[in-house]
Amino acid sequence: MNRRTESVGPSRGLPLGVRFFLLAGLAAGLMVADQRQQHLDTVRNTLAVALYPVQAAVDLPFAAWHWSTTTLSSRRALLEEIDTLRRRNLDSHVRLQRLDALEAENARLRAMMESSARVADRVLVAEILAVDMDPYRHRFTINKGERHRVYVGQALLDADGIMGQIVRVQPFTAEAILISDADHALPVTVNRNGLRTIATGTGDTDRLSLPFLPNSADIREGDLLVSSGLGGAFPSGYPVGRISRVERRPGDGFASVDMEPLAALNRAREVLLVWSQTANGELPEPSPEADLQPQTDPLPDAPPNGDAQ
Amino acid sequence: MSDERPLVGVAAVSLLFGVMLQIVPLPAMLADLRPDWLLLILVYWCLTTPSRFGLSLAFVLGLVLDTLTGALLGQHALAMLLVVLVALKFRLRVRVFPMAQMMIAILVLLTIYQFTLFWIDGVTGRTVDPAARWQPLVTGTAAWPLVFWLLNRARRDAGPQPIRLD
Repeated sequence: MNRRTESVGPSRGLPLGVRFFLLAGLAAGLMVADQRQQHLDTVRNTLAVALYPVQAAVDLPFAAWHWSTTTLSSRRALLEEIDTLRRRNLDSHVRLQRLDALEAENARLRAMMESSARVADRVLVAEILAVDMDPYRHRFTINKGERHRVYVGQALLDADGIMGQIVRVQPFTAEAILISDADHALPVTVNRNGLRTIATGTGDTDRLSLPFLPNSADIREGDLLVSSGLGGAFPSGYPVGRISRVERRPGDGFASVDMEPLAALNRAREVLLVWSQTANGELPEPSPEADLQPQTDPLPDAPPNGDAQ
Repeated sequence: MSDERPLVGVAAVSLLFGVMLQIVPLPAMLADLRPDWLLLILVYWCLTTPSRFGLSLAFVLGLVLDTLTGALLGQHALAMLLVVLVALKFRLRVRVFPMAQMMIAILVLLTIYQFTLFWIDGVTGRTVDPAARWQPLVTGTAAWPLVFWLLNRARRDAGPQPIRLD
């Protein structure tokens, strides 16, 4: 054995360094193309489909555990759960009765002001796959993808509030970013007085930051923040979080304000995908499975003009 | 030349296992400490059987990691190529090192790997937390003796190997 063939590996004739530069150049080319967006969807989708069995295999024990804890839970625990759910259901029904009337009133008022009525959103339940992604970013994979008409930018909720949005769609899966990711920002309004601002992620799942509020802003601890719908990515009016800390610093132009998200960002397993009205007023058709819309039929004949404000 | 198929089979199984270890969910506290399992396993095979495993495999596994972690396509591929290049260049020396010295070599390789990932994150304008980046270096180096021992055993059990004088 001479030294060359040995260190070259499967002796393809090319020296190690040359092969390295070829492959490294290819990798660099891929990165440039990927950074410039959307040129590599087929490559990524092919890889994602090929790797889906691996993800499913890793998820399997967790899914099995989830299934067995629900299936094998004791009769008493189930009865207790049914009891709480029934009480909660009753509670929500009482609120819903008022909601119907309020919605009708809201539609009338909006019609009077010639602004467009809000179309009811449609939702589909998806499950988070128990696989970890980049530890430095708050991303996760869900088990619904292109086949379920998930789209990039789609909002994700859980039972308590907004969780994040879809950033990449593959045939069977989709990648989502949490609102707590350090690269994420979300337009919100204060529910009490309609003050609009932006909530940015901090990389900490218990805390979002509101960096653009002046010291004089009317905001206090405990204020509820809801999504404003500006920007068109998130549906408006869903709860996001509560103000947990307000610190007015006389020397600075802006107050330091933190918010605690309402959604269980690192605990939920089930999430809701929302199909909401897009900026140009059309409702993307969800998959046939998205039939989970209780009594909220889209309001007919929304005036097409006017902005949502 | 003897039949190397059982060896390739063992390597394939170990690499698949490495991919799964890379994505298995950990509690948030431990997620930052996850060693770069796949890289350690890949480096082992490149050190011991460079005639079979090398740059092409590093490239493919890098793309696999890119897809699974949602990173820029090519990011892990480039980092793994660099590490495997260095490992192959110095493999004759590294192989005869005692374990302590070998772990220092692995620490260097892991540093190259994490720095490349970190650098690409920075260049492409993603927010990175430099403090957290050092943890996998420590845990990865600590995990190396385990990986080395387990894979050595698996490789020996894969069947009679030709005696190599390299």
